[in-house]
Amino acid sequence: MKITFPHMGSLAVPLKTIFEELGQEVVVPPSITKKTVTLGVRHSPEFACFPLKVNIGNFIEALENGADTIIMAGGVGPCRFGYYAEVQREILTDLGYNFELIVLEPPQGSLWGLLANIKRLGNHRSWSEIWEVINIAWKQVLALDVLHEMSLKIRPYEKKKGATTVLYERAQKLIVKARTHEDITWSLDKGKELLNSVDKKTLDRPPLKIGIVGEIYMVLEPYANLDIEKTLGEMGVEVDRSIYLGHWIKEHLFPKAFRSREGEEIKKVAQGYLNHFVGGHGLESVGRTILYSRDNFDGVVHILPFTCTPEIVAQSILPEVSKDYKIPLISFSLDEHSGKAGFVTRLEAFLDLLSQKKYNQELKGAV
Amino acid sequence: MPAIGIPRALLYYDYYPAWKKFFEELGLEVVLSDKTTKTILDSGVKVALDETCLPVKLFYGHVDNLKNKGIDYLFVPRLVSVEKKRYLCPKFLGLPNMVESLMEELPPLLDFKMDLSRKKREFYKDLYALGRKFTINPFKICLAYRKAVKELKRYEEKMLAGFTPLDCLERGEGENREKKEAAISLGEGKLPVEENLRIAVLGHSYNLNDPYISMDIYGKLKKMGVKIITREMISPSAQMEGIKNLRKDIFWTFGKEIMGSALYLLDKEKIDGVVLVVSFGCGPDSLIGELVERIYKRHRNIPLLFLTLDEHSGEAGILTRLEAFVDMVKFKKESA
Ligand code: SF4
Ligand code: SF4
Repeated sequence: MKITFPHMGSLAVPLKTIFEELGQEVVVPPSITKKTVTLGVRHSPEFACFPLKVNIGNFIEALENGADTIIMAGGVGPCRFGYYAEVQREILTDLGYNFELIVLEPPQGSLWGLLANIKRLGNHRSWSEIWEVINIAWKQVLALDVLHEMSLKIRPYEKKKGATTVLYERAQKLIVKARTHEDITWSLDKGKELLNSVDKKTLDRPPLKIGIVGEIYMVLEPYANLDIEKTLGEMGVEVDRSIYLGHWIKEHLFPKAFRSREGEEIKKVAQGYLNHFVGGHGLESVGRTILYSRDNFDGVVHILPFTCTPEIVAQSILPEVSKDYKIPLISFSLDEHSGKAGFVTRLEAFLDLLSQKKYNQELKGAV
Repeated sequence: MPAIGIPRALLYYDYYPAWKKFFEELGLEVVLSDKTTKTILDSGVKVALDETCLPVKLFYGHVDNLKNKGIDYLFVPRLVSVEKKRYLCPKFLGLPNMVESLMEELPPLLDFKMDLSRKKREFYKDLYALGRKFTINPFKICLAYRKAVKELKRYEEKMLAGFTPLDCLERGEGENREKKEAAISLGEGKLPVEENLRIAVLGHSYNLNDPYISMDIYGKLKKMGVKIITREMISPSAQMEGIKNLRKDIFWTFGKEIMGSALYLLDKEKIDGVVLVVSFGCGPDSLIGELVERIYKRHRNIPLLFLTLDEHSGEAGILTRLEAFVDMVKFKKESA
C-alpha cells in the first residue's frame, strides 16, 4: 500500500506523519506547480470547481510516482466537495490508473465509521497506537497553525523583504521532523524564537489590518490563492486568516460536541443577511466579514474558486454587508486562468483605498 | 384579497400547482410573472453576479417583473430539501437572501423554508407559520395543505403519463384537449412509430420547460420527428433503480433525478440518444454531467449530446447542433 492524498496548505504534514508512523509507505504528491494544474485541468470537467482540478493534478503526479492508494475526504452535501471523490475516481480510472481511492468521511455523522477506515489504513495496529499517532499529528497541525499566525503578524514589520518567509519555512521544517510530543513542543518554541528573530523596522503608522475569508481550499493553499498572504504581508499589511487547517478538521471530523462555539457566533451575526447554512464556507464568509468589521479591521478580502456555489451566495450578499458595516471588501474569483499581475494591481488599488480611508479618519480624529 | 407574486422560474415547474392551490385556499390571489422574454432575462442578468448560473439570473429577472404587478407579497421560498437525506443546491438554500441583498424596492418576501430532510414535524411547523400570516384558523391551513398535496399528485401523475409541465401549467384543463396534446407531446403521429427516434432530453426542469431559455429544444426535436422522453416521465422508483449501483448516493435531488433517469434509460429502455442540457455555471451539473457522460461512453454505445446553455447561447447554434446530433443518431440506427 503506497498512500497518497491531495495537497491543501500544510495538510500533507499530519497525513504523512499518521501513515508513516503506522508503518505505511507514503508518496506525497510533488508540490503544486504549473504542471500539476495543467494536468488537472486537462482531465477534469471544464466547469468543475478549481480545487477538484488541482486534486486531480496531485493524484496523477503521485500515481506516476508509484502511489496506489488515494485518501480523500468526503461529505454529504449540499456543496460539491462531498462528491469530488466519486468523480475523481472515475476520471483516474478512465485514464487507466490502477489504484484504490478510500474516502474518509463520517457516515451518518459518526466518528466510528471513519475510525474503522483508519484502522484498516493503519495496518490494523491497536487502537491506542493509532490514537497516539493521530494525537501527534493533531499536535503538529496546531503547532503549524500557531507559527503561521505568527508569521502573518510579523511579516509587515520585516526589514528585509522575504526574511519572515525564510524563517517561517525553517520553523515549519522543524515541526515536520518532530514526531513526539516533546519534540513538537520543543520545535514549536524553537520556531517561535526563529520568527521572533526577524529583523523588524519601526513603522510610523500601524499597518493596515485585513481579514481573509472565503472557500477553505483557496484560503489554505498558497498556490491557488496566488500567495495572497505573503503578497499582502510584503506590501506592509497585517493579515488575519479566518480559517486554519485545525479549524477545518475540528469542523469536519470531530463529533459535534467538540466543535467550537465560534460557529454559533458567526451564525448569529450573519442573521440579518444570510440566515441559513448554504454549504462550504458561505455562511462563514458573511459572518466573518461582520466580525472583522466589529474588530476594527480595515478591510476584507474574499477568495473563492470560480463558480463556487456556496461562495457565490456569499458574494451576492457581501456587498450589502460591506456597505452596512462600512468595511471595504474585495472578492477574487480565481481559477487556472487567474494571473498574478492583474491580481496584484487590484490588490494595490484596494490598499490605496484602505489607507486613504484610514488616514482620513485619523486626520479627522486629530482635529 | 391580498395578492402574492410567484416568479415563473426555478421550482415553478415542479411545485406551482401546489403553491397556487395552497395560497388560493387561504384566500390569496396568486399572480405569476410574465413568460420569459429577453427583457426579463436581461433585467436579471443586470443585478446578478457574473458567474451566477443562468437559472438564478433568470429568477432575479422574474422577481423584477413582478415588482410592478401590484402584489402585496413575494413568494421566494428557501428550498433546502424536498426529501430525506438529499438537498437542493446551495443557491436554493440562500435564494431569498440573495434576492434581498441584490434587489431593491421589493414587496415583503414571504420567507418559507422547506426542509424535508428533518423531521416532518418541523416542516409542518414552518408551513403552519406561513399559513398563520393569512388565517388564524389552523384547520384551514391544514385543509389548504392537503388540497395542495393532492393537486401536486395529480400534476405529477399527468407528467408520468407523458404530459410536459407546460402542457399542464399553461394550457387549458379540458380532458379531451389533454389527450390530444399528450399525443402531440409524445411526438407521435408524424412518423410511423417504428421509424421514430427515441431521444431522452435530460436536465433541470427549469431549463428544459422554459421555451425561451431552452431555445425550445422540445419543439425543435419534435419537428424533426423525434420522440422525446423527459425525466418527468420516468417514475421515481425507476430513477432510484438507476442509481442503485452507484458507490455513493447522490445527495442532490436534481442530480439524483438526472443521473437516475440517465442510468435507468441506459439499462432498461430502448433509446437512441440522450441530450443532456446543463446551464453554464451550475455547480452540481458540472459533476453529475461529467459522470453521466463517462458512464455512457464506457458502457454502451448510445450517443450523448452535451448542451451548455448561457445567456449568450444562440438559437441557430443550438439548432445546428441538434440537427447534426439527430442525423448522427439516425445514421447509427439505420446502419445497425
Ligand atoms: S465549496 Fe465551492 S469550491 Fe469547494 S467544493 Fe463546494 S462548490 Fe466547490
Ligand atoms: S442546481 Fe445548478 S442551475 Fe440550479 S440553481 Fe444550483 S447551480 Fe444553478
